[in-house]
Amino acid sequence: MTAPDFVAETPPVSARRRATLYGVVAFSGFVVLIGLLQQLAPGGFDISRLTGGVITFDTMVRIGILTTVVVGLNLLMGYAGQVSLGQAAFFGIGAYVSAILTTRADVLGIGAGLANQWWWPWLLIVGGMALAGGVAYLVGRPILKLHGHYLAMATLGLGIIIVIVFRENFGYSLGSRNITGGFDGLYGVPRLRIGSFDLWPVERYYYLVWLVAIVGIVLALNLVRSRSGRALRALHGNELAAETLGIDTARFKVRVLVISAMYASLAGSLFAHFRVAVSPGPFGFAASLELVVMAAVGGMASVWGAPFGVAAVLVVRELLRTHLGSLVGEAGGQQEVVAFGLMLVLIMIFMPEGVIARLKQATRRWRSE
Amino acid sequence: MLALIEKRTSRLALKAAGVLLVVAVIWLLGSRQNFGLQQYGQLVVAGIGTGAVYALVALGFVMVFTVTGIINFAQGAFVMLGALFTVTLYETPFTGEGRTGLIISALLAVVLTTVIGVVVERLTILPARNADPLTLIIITVGVYIAIQGLALIYWGHAGRTLPSFTTATGSDSIFRPWGLVIKAQTLWVLATMVLAFAVLSLFLDKTMLGKALRACSVNRDASRLMGINPSRMSAIAFGIAAALGAVAGIVLAPLTKPVYDMGLTIGLKGFVAAAMGGLISLPAAVGGGLLLGLVENLAAGVTKAGLRDVFAFIVLIAVLLRGRSRAGRFQ
Repeated sequence: MTAPDFVAETPPVSARRRATLYGVVAFSGFVVLIGLLQQLAPGGFDISRLTGGVITFDTMVRIGILTTVVVGLNLLMGYAGQVSLGQAAFFGIGAYVSAILTTRADVLGIGAGLANQWWWPWLLIVGGMALAGGVAYLVGRPILKLHGHYLAMATLGLGIIIVIVFRENFGYSLGSRNITGGFDGLYGVPRLRIGSFDLWPVERYYYLVWLVAIVGIVLALNLVRSRSGRALRALHGNELAAETLGIDTARFKVRVLVISAMYASLAGSLFAHFRVAVSPGPFGFAASLELVVMAAVGGMASVWGAPFGVAAVLVVRELLRTHLGSLVGEAGGQQEVVAFGLMLVLIMIFMPEGVIARLKQATRRWRSE
Repeated sequence: MLALIEKRTSRLALKAAGVLLVVAVIWLLGSRQNFGLQQYGQLVVAGIGTGAVYALVALGFVMVFTVTGIINFAQGAFVMLGALFTVTLYETPFTGEGRTGLIISALLAVVLTTVIGVVVERLTILPARNADPLTLIIITVGVYIAIQGLALIYWGHAGRTLPSFTTATGSDSIFRPWGLVIKAQTLWVLATMVLAFAVLSLFLDKTMLGKALRACSVNRDASRLMGINPSRMSAIAFGIAAALGAVAGIVLAPLTKPVYDMGLTIGLKGFVAAAMGGLISLPAAVGGGLLLGLVENLAAGVTKAGLRDVFAFIVLIAVLLRGRSRAGRFQ
């Protein structure tokens, strides 16, 4: 993967702004259309039916949640060039903050008057983001001095440590109850609401999730196209050169890690309220890898690639689960893991800039012919 | 000169103080559980046993890294393959019963794993030879996932058992010097580690092929000019690493229940051990492995077994950061 060629042929700012605006409007329109299709569903004509049961509405919500994480990861890996193999742990911090402080409020001595307020979970979402950002800030300065393989190993180790903390609780419990719920995790995370307006059933939650994702995308696009964004790309290309241009690379790297951690934590909270339960499983090493694959498929240095990468991975996984199972026979329904690994290898060998970038290239060539 | 000596002694004092602090904390935590000398001795024995396995895996990391500059995340997969192939071959009727069957299955498993190592290198590392580190990391990780997935399909979720080498039965003969419990299999692990280290050192020092491998690690272009094929050396390094991983898995198998997902943590800890030695030195990798095993077992022993990996990865991050501060070793 090479640094994006941002010097050549940059269109004028106004044209780019307009293009972005069109993109956001078109994408939002698409999201709303899917939502309406599901809600109105003339004659059972919903998402699940339309795609032969491969993409359920549930999947659409998941794609929205994970898009938020992957947008943050793209900023970190694609633009700033810093590997993170522990991103799922930040996702987990958000989920656990939301889950612990809603389901364990009584044990923690938080009065029911406070914990039953509608804005309490929303406050926790912000609190989770602050905590994830704080953790990222504390570990970022020393860890981001590492490069390449070593950074990958360090973030991986960090991710595993955080998940073990979720799982083991350090043997610490309040009263008779284990704070993080250990292996089993926590159940009964409440649904989100605004005042007395419930953000559930899932059709309503869908809009919230995608609103967050689209706002995340817009913010990321702004960041990427700002002075800071150019600084990030510069330090991806050559850190030393960026340094000589007066860019405080250490500070920029920490900042982008903090931002990506906050994206992940926000999504994690949404995930906890969506699943109504958290357990250490979905935040481990495998999950971190899956996030990297999603970023890689969509294209590391491409904010718009994020939703496509997430969707592609989830859909391929679903297809493999349903179709490969009948081909290979019984193995606990885990065959997709193999294909998943192979897919990762093939993409990284043949399309290191991501599938979307490769498609774009292909269409450009096709047009010019 | 005097200033230099002063600086050295103060650094030494700092180190000594650090070690004392760690020992004090361990002692304090241990005394809360009424640990005596015997308990500590037992933890040390267990630590050396697991450390020897890490050392074996670490040797593989060092081989691949010095020759190719790649950190092979799939190293742990070779450990798992070695163990599970041995179990399967031992259980299939054609290798006969008893100890000879065990030895033949182990040898066959090593050969199989080595072939897989070479094939993996040819299929995945060779086409991406000039990609940047991030891409290579993700590729080796992908290879690991694929191999683990195949293992899951072939062997399933359940842990297998391999009889211990000396008795060829499920139960192991046990020595009890000074009230400590030492399994014969632990001695096998240690002996294998020492043997592998010695053979590998001699191979790299004395044979033509070994020298070619080392030449490649010093300067690829220069060694190419001398008629060495760096691409072939890369494949050989992967083969050796796979063999070392397989051996580690085989000697470890009777002590644990080998299972399809055992490779990840063992591979990572092998990397920690190799990184403790700077990733380029075989003796340092062995030392790193033993030290990691000790630290992990003592720390987990005095606190909580579930926290074992936390200590290992704290050591990893500390080692990386400290290595970074020393002459930019971990760039």
